[in-house]
Amino acid sequence: MADPGRPAAPDGGLAGLGVSQGRAAGPMIRMAPQPALPSPRQVADPAAETAAVVKALESVTADLRQRAANAARGTGGGATREGGGAAPGGGDAAQAGGGDAAEILDALAMIADDPMLREDAEAAVRDGLDAPHALDAAFTHHRETLAALGGYLAERAADLDDLKHRAVAACLGLPMPGIPAPGHPYVLVAEDLSPADTAGLGTDVVALVTEKGGPTSHTAILARGRGLPAVVACAGITALTDGTVISVDGKTGRIGVGLTDEAVAEVRRSDREERERLANSSGPGRTADGHPVKLLLNIGSAADLRPGAEGVGLFRTEFLFLDRKREPSFEEQVAAYTEVFARAGTVVVRTLDAGTDKPLPFLGLPPEPNPALGIRGLRVDRVLPAVLDTQLDAIAEAARATGADAWVMAPMVTTPAEAAGFARRARARGLTRVGAMVEVPAAALLADRLLAEVDFLSIGTNDLSQYTFAADRQHPGLADLLDPWQPALLKLIAACADAGRAAGKPVGVCGEAAGDPRLAPVLVGLGVTSLSMAAVCVPSVREELSQHTLEECRELAALAQ
Amino acid sequence: MAQRTVTVASASGLHARPAKLFVQEAVRLGVPVRIRVGEKSVPANSMLGVLSLGATQGTEVTLESDAPGADAALDALVALLAQDLDAEGALDG
Repeated sequence: MADPGRPAAPDGGLAGLGVSQGRAAGPMIRMAPQPALPSPRQVADPAAETAAVVKALESVTADLRQRAANAARGTGGGATREGGGAAPGGGDAAQAGGGDAAEILDALAMIADDPMLREDAEAAVRDGLDAPHALDAAFTHHRETLAALGGYLAERAADLDDLKHRAVAACLGLPMPGIPAPGHPYVLVAEDLSPADTAGLGTDVVALVTEKGGPTSHTAILARGRGLPAVVACAGITALTDGTVISVDGKTGRIGVGLTDEAVAEVRRSDREERERLANSSGPGRTADGHPVKLLLNIGSAADLRPGAEGVGLFRTEFLFLDRKREPSFEEQVAAYTEVFARAGTVVVRTLDAGTDKPLPFLGLPPEPNPALGIRGLRVDRVLPAVLDTQLDAIAEAARATGADAWVMAPMVTTPAEAAGFARRARARGLTRVGAMVEVPAAALLADRLLAEVDFLSIGTNDLSQYTFAADRQHPGLADLLDPWQPALLKLIAACADAGRAAGKPVGVCGEAAGDPRLAPVLVGLGVTSLSMAAVCVPSVREELSQHTLEECRELAALAQ
Repeated sequence: MAQRTVTVASASGLHARPAKLFVQEAVRLGVPVRIRVGEKSVPANSMLGVLSLGATQGTEVTLESDAPGADAALDALVALLAQDLDAEGALDG
């Protein structure tokens, strides 16, 4: 294992911020960006432009049909996300099984092959546009038509943007945008990855490296969830050539460049050994002197459950419904919650956390100028109270049916009054363990009054950092402010833990910071009673905690503040 | 000019899977057919055109063609629209 304290890249490699542990090596492939339209050209030969338009559309159609055929056969390409942007069609394809994915890709191929679209592009050439601009105009026209119809069709408008980027890229001889599907394992390299991109990564991706992004970016969260080594904020990575064999160390952030076959094999061997060693650790979380610290899992669905933890500390229910056009029914929700409750004894369910970075189409919330500070989390209840009522009914029903120890908490609680309102509605349904997330500094400052209303607190460090430091959690240039070691953040966590100790109620951390083995003893020293993280982080956090006594943890916490 | 009027039966309207099946059938038949809702008329072999009609369950649509083989083609397409094409498992895309 590499020494984390070593200065990065003395060997001509690159260095970034390691955000998801593990090592991997393989040829890198860059995710092609959306093509930029060149300046308009004077058209000398309209027939040639028309031919270029037709050829571009045919090539996009053929590519999509090929992917559909692969998906139908259940081979690599089908499991891979097909869109470049936030195209719901592609996201569905990625998450759907082979048959559904094939159908969706087929539908996209039909649009690329659409006679009206082709005629419009040809007409645009006759009006004097060059081929890329004619394609752009035709796709944009149909996009606007769908967007104007609203509802389901407006969501399909994103598919047209995705197809437009593909057609323009084909026309300009650029690589197709979107997640590549080369048919062999590779390291995915990108400027940055959106949730839509990352949701559909295929199993052929062995590691992620991004030029931008910070420790709480979606790339980091996704990579930890899947146990993929990942390095973000890696300057210069996108300047390397596709096919270059690189190694990725998700702990130190080091990227080795131009590896030999022997070096690749060595990286893979050491990664396997490290994972086996950690996988052999087991048991509940304890400090060296036996102080218990619950080690819990962050999950998005039953598929994320793994043995080795002491329950689920964060069940992100919105992940079940990210691609829904209609509100999931009571019955459907009961089924989804039951699946998790039946397999995990204790589960902390977070009610739907929709907003800025996680829009839920079925909520139909209007765009906001400043969505991070707008209607998100529990605030959605101000405009759509029935959604929370249905969800609480479903959670209570699933808890009754399974006899599970179901805890429920609301995201983005800001005031004690909000906490009280949520607690009242949850308890009215027989839910007895009701809590609040602490993501807003206002909530942390009044943690004692929150705990007068609810039974536990769970600190979401990603958003708490964002709001405390006035720094967008996705901002590539502000990673230092979003560092979970920032003393101001630790002081807010300490305030919550102190309030918990005084009230005799549990206070956990469920943000990305909870899965950082170096930070774990500090959080425990601050008085945090549970740490909830991606399954892949549990063994290393367990190991780290077992090496410090509670007193040492307290000393570390005092130093860190 | 052969003409048929039919009410869209699919639960999700003429979107998603039903639209795809309808357009695929129109392409397969190879007979130029137009589909009309009110004043708006589009070629039945155009996915974008059919989607842009915004037809929902219960919308009355008119199929028109004056090409050879029109009657058989219209009958086949009407039969498709009169079924609930979502029934065998909806395509959520």
